[in-house]
Parts: sequence; C-alpha cells; structure tokens
Amino acid sequence: MPAFDEMNEEGRVRPPYAGVARYLEAARGEELEAKRREAEVLFRRIGVTFAVYTEGGDPERLIPFDVIPRIIARAEWETLRRGLEQRVRALNAFLADVYGPRRILAEGIVPAELVLGNEGYRAVMEGFTPPGGVYTVVSGIDLVRTGPEEFFVLEDNCRVPSGVSYMLENREAMMRLLPNLCAAHRIAPVSHYPEELLETLKSLAPPACQGDPTVVVLTPGPFNSAYYEHSFLSDEMGVELVEGADLFVRDDTVFMRTTAGPRRVDVIYRRIDDEFLDPRAFLPDSMLGVPGLMAAYRAGRVTLANAPGAGIADDKAIYPFVPAMIRFYLSEEPILNNVPTWMCGRDDERAYVLDHLDELVVKLARGSGGYGMLVGPHSTAEQRAEFAARIRERPGDYIAQPTLALSTVPTLSEGGTAARHVDLRPFILFGRDQVRIVPGGLTRVALREGSLVVNSSQGGGTKDTWVLEQDGPPPLQGMVQSMGAGGMTQSLGGMTQTLGDPSGRGRG
Amino acid sequence: MLSRTADSLFWLGRYMERAGNVARGLNAALRMASLAAPRGTEVAEWEGLLGATGTAAHYAQLYGEATPDGAARWLTLDTLNPSSVISCFEAARRNARAVRTALTVDMWEAVNDTWIDLRKIGPEAAGGDRLMGFNDWVMSRAVLFNGASMDTMLRDDAWRFARLGTMLERADNTARLLAARAPAFAPGAEADAANHAQWQGMLRSVSALRAYQHLFRERLRPARVVELLLMRPEHPRSVTACYEEVNDILSVLAMHDGEDRVACRRLAAALRGRCVSHSPARLMDGGLPDLLAEIIDGNGRLGTSIGKCFLIG
Repeated sequence: MPAFDEMNEEGRVRPPYAGVARYLEAARGEELEAKRREAEVLFRRIGVTFAVYTEGGDPERLIPFDVIPRIIARAEWETLRRGLEQRVRALNAFLADVYGPRRILAEGIVPAELVLGNEGYRAVMEGFTPPGGVYTVVSGIDLVRTGPEEFFVLEDNCRVPSGVSYMLENREAMMRLLPNLCAAHRIAPVSHYPEELLETLKSLAPPACQGDPTVVVLTPGPFNSAYYEHSFLSDEMGVELVEGADLFVRDDTVFMRTTAGPRRVDVIYRRIDDEFLDPRAFLPDSMLGVPGLMAAYRAGRVTLANAPGAGIADDKAIYPFVPAMIRFYLSEEPILNNVPTWMCGRDDERAYVLDHLDELVVKLARGSGGYGMLVGPHSTAEQRAEFAARIRERPGDYIAQPTLALSTVPTLSEGGTAARHVDLRPFILFGRDQVRIVPGGLTRVALREGSLVVNSSQGGGTKDTWVLEQDGPPPLQGMVQSMGAGGMTQSLGGMTQTLGDPSGRGRG
Repeated sequence: MLSRTADSLFWLGRYMERAGNVARGLNAALRMASLAAPRGTEVAEWEGLLGATGTAAHYAQLYGEATPDGAARWLTLDTLNPSSVISCFEAARRNARAVRTALTVDMWEAVNDTWIDLRKIGPEAAGGDRLMGFNDWVMSRAVLFNGASMDTMLRDDAWRFARLGTMLERADNTARLLAARAPAFAPGAEADAANHAQWQGMLRSVSALRAYQHLFRERLRPARVVELLLMRPEHPRSVTACYEEVNDILSVLAMHDGEDRVACRRLAAALRGRCVSHSPARLMDGGLPDLLAEIIDGNGRLGTSIGKCFLIG
C-alpha cells in the first residue's frame, strides 16, 4: 500500500521540508546516531519516562525520540485548527445535550441505547451544568493523514488525554540537539501551553469561588504511567500536585492538607478516571479518590476538569456520529473527516467486517493503547480466525475501519533514514472565554518498518512537531488556489463528502 | 505546602543522609579491621556497626553471626535491609520522585543519577578491595545532594523539611555510633592502642578526626571526643549542632503558621539542652550511656512528633 510521504512526494521534496531535507543530506549517519544517543541521555536525566503495564523488564521506559522533526505548513495547520475547534465544540454540545434535554436522542440522530447504556455514561451528571457549561476542558484529538490534503480524525480523547508533556519536552530537546536547524525555521512556539492550560482552568472556577482560584492537579500517584506528565504540568503551572489522600471535603467544600492547615481548592485538573474520583459516587473501594467530591462538585463549590461522564463523547461507538453532531449542533459541515467505521454490533456491518478481515483494522470499542487490535493486512490467518470468533461472541465490543495508508515521515533507523508511519495528537483547551490550541501536538511514529501502530506501549516513538509560522516557498499548488476567502473550508468540506459517508455509519 | 510533600522531603533528607552515614561507618569499620585486631575485636567492630544502624537483630535473624563480608553486603547492596545503601537510595529516589516539583534540577539529578548508576553495578562492585571505593562514591553522592540543596534550593518550607530530615537523621547517627563504641568511653578505659583506635575510628566515622585536631590541638582523649561529638556547635555532625538547626527550623515553621507547635518545639529544645547541660567530665564518670540512650529515644519521639504536627496533616 503506497503511503503519502510528507517529505518526499514523487521524487520532489515538499516545500515545508526543504530545510530538513538539506540537513539530512549534509548530515552523516554517525552524526544523527550521536544526536539520537544524546537525546536518550537527555530524556533519562530529566526523568521523562513512561511506565508500561503488562510487561516485564524495566518498568520505567523511555519513549524513543526521533530527532527528525515532523512538519506542518501554516495553511495546513490553519485548517486543522478550525476543524479541531469545530469538533470539540460539537462534542461539548453533545455532552450538554445528553445530560440535559437529550434533543439529539429524541430526534434519533444518535441511538439512545448507545448513549444511555454506555459504560461511560454517568447518571450523576444528569440535570447538572458544569461551570461555564464546559465538559471537555482538555481534549486530545488523534489525526492521521493519507495525502496532501487528506486528514482524518482517528479518535477523540475527552477523558484524561495524555502526551502533552512530550510535545513540550520534545521541543526543548530539539532546541538543544539541533539549534541551527531550529533557528533556520520559523517554528510556532509551544512552550506557553501550561500558561494557557492554567488560564483555561481558572476561567472555569466554580460559582462559589471568590478571588484568584486555587487550582490543583489530581494524580493517581507515582505508579501511574503518566505521572511524569502530571508532575511536569503542575510544576509548569506552579500549582500543587495532589493525590486523593491530600484532599478532603467538609461542608461540600474541598480542602487540601498542608503543613499550614487545610487550604481551600477551587479547580481540580484531575488526571484520574471517573470511577476513581469519589468512592461515594462511583467505585466504593477506590483508594485514589476523595469521598464527597461529587457532592461538592454538584453544589457548585469545585470544578472538575474534565467533567465526569465526558467519556461518552469519545467512545468508539459514538465516534461514527460526530459528523452528524457537528451538523446538528453547529449547522456547519465538518472540516475534518471521520474514518468510515463499521460497527460489529449491527448485523449487516458485522457480516461485511467478517468477510473483509484481511483488509480492515478491528478495534475494541472501548480499548486504548493499541491493545486488542487486529491490523488485517498484517495479520495471519490464525489471528483473523481468533478475532472472528471474538467478534461473533461479543459483537458490540468491536468496530472496524479500513486500513488507512498513514502518511510517513523520514525517521532514523538502522543504517540511515527510512519512511515510518505517523499520527498527530493536538491538544485543545476549552475555557469559559475561548478555545485555545497551541500550534502543534504530539507526533507519534511507528518505529518498526511497515507498522501502523504508533502507541508507545507497542513500540512507538515520538517526534517534535513543527508548525511553521511562515511557509517560505509556497505550499502545494492546489492548496494555494483554493485558499481565497474561505475556499479552503469548502474544498475540504467537499472532501468529507467524497471520502466518508456523511451519516458516519459507514458502508454496510 | 502539602503535608504529603513535606513528608516526602523529610524522608528524602533522612534517606540520603543515612546512605552517606552507613558508608562512612563502613569505611571506619574497614579501617579498624585492617589495623591489628587485638583481643578478637574484629567481630565486635561489625556487630557495633550493625547495632548503630539499628539492624543487628534483623541481620542475626537472617544470617546469624556477623562476618566482615556478610555485614558489608548487608549494609551496602542487600535489599532485605531497609537501611542498606541501596535501600536508602531507592527510598530517597522514591520520595524525590513523589515531590519532583519541589526539588531543583540539581537535587533531582543528584538523586536520580545515583539511582541510575546504582542499578548498573553488580555485587562485585561493593565487595572485597572495591568496597572502600564504593563507600567513597556513596559519601560523595550524599555530599553532592547536600551541596545541591544548599546551593540551589529556595529557603522556603521545602528546604526546611528536607533539612529537618537530614538533621534528625544525622543526630541519630552520631549518637548511635557513639553508643556502639561505649566500652572505649567507659570510666577507666585505658589509653591503650586498642582504645585509641576506637576513639580514632569514632571520629572518622563522622568525618571529625581532622576537626578534633583543629579544635583541640592535642592527642586524642575520650572526654574531648565526647565533647566534640555531643556538645560542640562548631562541628556540623555533632548532636548539638544538629539540634540547633532543628530548633531554628521548627521555630521558623511555627512563626510561619502562626500556630505554636508546642510539643514538637519543646521536645527539640529539651534534647538540645540535654546535650550541653553535662560537663564532659561527668559524662566520663559513667553518665554517657544513659545520656545517649535518652538522646536516641528522644530523637525517635521528636520524629514522631514532627510527623503528627506537620506531615500527616
């Protein structure tokens, strides 16, 4: 399957990559290899590690960092930015609707049983409006690219998306490792993300808060795989990193235990899952949470970001309906495309999936981290038979999508550079006042040749992502022509219709 | 500051200090053992060191009688010993990692690099002829951590709690080492070569031999050794010097909170008072073991009291 390479297109270097191509041509193999080793030492020293579950060996692994950057032209980013904001606004509107009037269910646009029977649905949120009406304060939307102008949303992450610390640390590393290459480009900065995050969180202070809100980051603790990120973000924002046991609730007010006595907390950026937040509201035996937290939340005395129950918006079973949500709530055409998706819970779609296992990607509707996934074209007959059996047994648990030819970017590998598949996770901040998106995101790269699985738990690495402030030489001819006065929206909106089934229900 | 953060900083300080102290004690013991060991003091030396680290009973239960190799392994790389060098560094890093944001980069790197290096070495690196070199490395890491704290940390509550742990641990260590060598300081202990070696070993094990010479400019006498290690505020490892700093920190913390942490401060003040209220001569008349026992016990109670006051929250 020929994939679109973001640097080399039909023997020519695409303009945004001109500087990098020149550097790669001049650099000798040892130099790049030395940079790679230097980067590893750097990350290990800072302590940027990632705990990998269900594996033996070193529990604190580094995610491999590839020194060749992934570049997005300004015009490309502008489209992505608008598409991301649009999508997050629709997802948030969807959450406000399903925990409120349920118009979209009443009109049959999204099947009620998919929402109300969803394990991500939180009845405790019914009839309650979170501060500012914002549920998805921080979201990470996974994008993949298949061509010069073809971007698809692969997955929405509205619960506790992680990875933003890599976006920031990767840039720091690049500026130390390859300062000249960085200086030769006008790269949009990302280092203000923590400030934007803090502003966003403060803007959502609860009604009972007076004065400057006290913000904290709530972590499950040092054994969580993303603990480094939790501590990094709290450090960068200058707020306390708390565990459940550091907080307590009195008179529906949340306090943290300090050496100077109890101190009131107004906004909690929680990095623990819904079920563990409050043993009185969810799992009774959770040791990670804070008893009484949900009562304080519903009393308007503390803000939780993201809101509990936001997970139904990013559920893979709900995903096919996002384009319809955008039309329903915003009366706009989706700027970013969905990947066509077959839901195995439906008889006709399941029949199609079972017939085409060798060409589809099959995923658990509620899986994450690349676990429990079948990549058809790379699978053996045995694996397909096993998946077929699993799908027949629990059809509702599986969805399938076409195997996309993810774009590639040159990546350091043994004996030089080679094309490797990438995706992109930008982070979207939704405040009371505005939506903020730092230009860039986390580029994940599948380091194994031909592999389409970019998850760090499956041998994926990361790259620094450059959004160029100024594109220098003009980008692709076609794009320049369609850029006049909203032309981009239309041409990309049109693409949605040709590429994906607008109803989002896939081909049956 | 979060109580949990204060707790981690306190224990970070304690464990880094303890690792250095164990190594210091080990090198002093090695030196003693390599001197002529009169009247079979070799085993006694190691048993004394195990006693000073508070792990003698645990060791005996697992391995029986103390041997030089056994004790050295137990105190360096044995993960079953919660006070071995490796356990201390592990615990220090665990605490440091939990409060990563309260530390400076230099402090974190002092702890983290130590841990990374320690994970790379095999058992042979801390045995035989390489043991002294290993101990030197451990001491240098503890000193690096203290230096990094001194030079880079804001003088805020984070500093105070880390320092509190360091000082409490250090006072405890000096008192315990002295208690372990009590016979050499007993009334009528002769100034023979064996006892002289004990006094010297005692001073070495808290890096105070040179300080003794600078301060007193005379040959080693037990009363002077005791005076230096218990009462002299000039020496940073004397019990008095440690409690002075503990007192200072506790009074700042109390002011800070606008709350009198009475029990805690009273205990610390009493401990400091006990160290300076005796004349060295009286201590040499048989009062030393009781005083040391009192200090070790009081130190434990002070630790508990600080925990109740500030850390558990």
